Amino acid sequence: MKSITGRITLIALLTAVSIIVLLPSLTDRLPAGWKDRMPKINLGLDLQGGVFLRLAVEIDKAIENTSMRYADDARAVCREKALPVLAFQKIGEGGFSLRFPPGDFATRAQAILKDEFPSLDVSLGEVKADGATVIARMKPGEIQAIRTNAVVQGVETIRNRIDQFGVREPQIIAEGEDRIVVQLPGVKDQQRAIELVGKTALLEFKLVDEGASLEEALKGNVPEEDQVLYQKSVDPQSSRATKTPILVKKRALLTGDTIKTAKVNFGNQGGGAHVSLSFDTRGAKVFDRVTAENVKRRLAIVLDDTVYSAPVIQERISGGEAQITGSFTPEEASDLAIVLRAGSLPAPVKVIQNVSIGPSLGLDSIHKGVRAALIGAVLVVLFMAFYYRFAGMVADFALVFNILFLLSGMAAFSATLTLPGIAGIILAIGMAVDSNVLIFERIREEIRAKKSVRAAIDAGYEKAFWTVVDSHVTTLITAVILFQFGTGPIKGFAVTLSMGVAINLFTALVCTKVVFDYLNAKKPMQALSI
Amino acid sequence: MIELVKNTKIDFMGLKKYAFSFSAILVILGIVGTVQIYRGKANLGIDLAGGTEIQIKFQKPFAMDQIRALLAQAGHGDASLQQVSGENILFLKLRAVGKQDEKMVAEPVVSLLRQSLPGNPFLVESVSEIGPAIGHKLRQDAELAMLISALAIIIYLAWRFEFKFGVAAAIATFHDIFAIVGIFWILGIEMDLLFITALLTIGGYSLTDTVVVFDRIRENIRLRKMKTFSGTINLSVNEVLSRTIVTSMTVFIAVITLLVFGGLVLHNFALALAMGIVVGTYSSIFVASPVVALWRGEKMTEVKR
Repeated sequence: MKSITGRITLIALLTAVSIIVLLPSLTDRLPAGWKDRMPKINLGLDLQGGVFLRLAVEIDKAIENTSMRYADDARAVCREKALPVLAFQKIGEGGFSLRFPPGDFATRAQAILKDEFPSLDVSLGEVKADGATVIARMKPGEIQAIRTNAVVQGVETIRNRIDQFGVREPQIIAEGEDRIVVQLPGVKDQQRAIELVGKTALLEFKLVDEGASLEEALKGNVPEEDQVLYQKSVDPQSSRATKTPILVKKRALLTGDTIKTAKVNFGNQGGGAHVSLSFDTRGAKVFDRVTAENVKRRLAIVLDDTVYSAPVIQERISGGEAQITGSFTPEEASDLAIVLRAGSLPAPVKVIQNVSIGPSLGLDSIHKGVRAALIGAVLVVLFMAFYYRFAGMVADFALVFNILFLLSGMAAFSATLTLPGIAGIILAIGMAVDSNVLIFERIREEIRAKKSVRAAIDAGYEKAFWTVVDSHVTTLITAVILFQFGTGPIKGFAVTLSMGVAINLFTALVCTKVVFDYLNAKKPMQALSI
Repeated sequence: MIELVKNTKIDFMGLKKYAFSFSAILVILGIVGTVQIYRGKANLGIDLAGGTEIQIKFQKPFAMDQIRALLAQAGHGDASLQQVSGENILFLKLRAVGKQDEKMVAEPVVSLLRQSLPGNPFLVESVSEIGPAIGHKLRQDAELAMLISALAIIIYLAWRFEFKFGVAAAIATFHDIFAIVGIFWILGIEMDLLFITALLTIGGYSLTDTVVVFDRIRENIRLRKMKTFSGTINLSVNEVLSRTIVTSMTVFIAVITLLVFGGLVLHNFALALAMGIVVGTYSSIFVASPVVALWRGEKMTEVKR
């Protein structure tokens, strides 16, 4: 663009737009209509504090759990129909085999199981002299459904829990086929949040087996249909935790998916918190039947394979309500209610990455980063003004625009500013004046070669142009690659550095040149302080 | 006009014996360091190797020995502890034990300290736990990033310069990266993802200096200012010397403020950048151009654009 007025107008316009876009990110004291309509610079977790979790969804475990549940059910059915199961074996992914004595047991079992479990492929295995096996496998469609559901439903459930916990702008996304990334900015009670996210929260009601011997079971002779679970309790005086073993039936009579609501209540005696549940119609019906059939027996309330309580059923309960008691703090009870309301995760998750930054550390990082950026900028500005005098001040003037455009550009794209991102800004400041150094050194050479000031300036800009472009391209290449491969904080670095360098191409070339052109317009400059 | 360097006539090509020996030492150090990284014998950050890092701020001064003993009892005898003097801040680093062991240990360690030191309440300022699987993945990503940037740089140079210049610039760039790895390794400074970021940034930046020198060599060959190629290189480097130094200086100023005022998180990052700028400036003068001269001989054929 040749016309000086044109260029000045463009710069003025860009400046005005930048200020309008940027101000809402810097201050809250603006009219709502302005403040709320503008995108803002986001602060990364490392600056505002919060939790970043990467979870591995244990899909294989979910498939195995489901197939084992089918196996338990299948064996229960066989027991009912008086089909003696001699042996049981897991096979492959989502499959199991049952061995029956010689005779027509296996064929009968195959027919019955095929009928009862439409989602299983049931086939007859080897027939030997000492018996025959029935092989059951989950249908591929069923396995695929678990696979997709584990992550999709997992994300949904975690979002549900977090919403109820109360986090501003949480980010919960699936990553790849078996990972979930959870970002919770600004969370203060971090350990609690992590537990809330990572809990499977599978609630099961299981009968306590009082007929079998617990001592024998602890020695390893666990009856086939039973399992040993532990009840954890904390002594309020010594705060010492104890684990009590309990022998329960493997088969769950009722699970948490029938829960309609769950809320925290405080009991009258002792004031301990407990969680009250109410079941949906189906759940209420089952609970009614289960309690009616098992009066005077103990029913264990099991969450993620830990027994919370195992009260004796005093009478039939038809209202569809139940209570979970235990030595809960109010927070624990409230979190338990949240996970029960939000439902269980379809597959257990394992935290494989946890980055938690306390809010005070984030604030400290902002202070340090901003201070370093300011000091860096001032030193660079002073150096340029000292070394190149007037021309250096022109470069400094362009640097101010560079920083302004960079920040407003970040706001416009709602980019995330991280601590390495601040480092990127500082580095960009240092590199920004490089363009002008390249140009000024060239102008000096031209002046030494006895060219007129005006010609020297024009030649300097022209000849240094490609060198300036080169220096920007090489930095941009690495910044773009960093953006592609970097994790959160490093992405922030790539963003500020690449934007800073790209914007610099405009400010260093156009914003400074227009100053010299303006000064040269009326009367060619006789001398240049450079 | 203030000039740091004025009409220098340094015989850079004459110094190439010393420069090459010095560079060879740096590069060998870097290669050894790289091998050691792959053998797991380098001080890798937990984001690359897996592990746990906890930053704790105590209310009162604490005894390192006591904490070390507590951790040893809990089976973390290999924990590395670091104290920030005057601020009662403790940095705790636990390495991941094996590939299989992905159990998170931060929470138990924090509760252990809370229970064992009831007289000195503390605030957990940050926790960073990375399972070996993720550490492995981040490391692979970093390797891929380095590989792709190397390729991108070579493609760019091939397009921008004639082949021999491109290769020489690439050699200078890798020289810088190896040099920084070597220095960090020999000093035992922790290398993490930010360090890799610094390496890539240095790669991009040091190339700039080299390109500035090459541009001038190309121009001077065309103008036939000197009879020999080495002479042209000497002239060109001397002509752009003040540019090279001043541009490096402005970035160096920025990086040094980062090093001094940027806080602990950015300290090693800024250190790597600062070293990179110095080494990058050195290599564009003493490595890139002499390599071209060695390869190209003294022919004064024009350089294609």
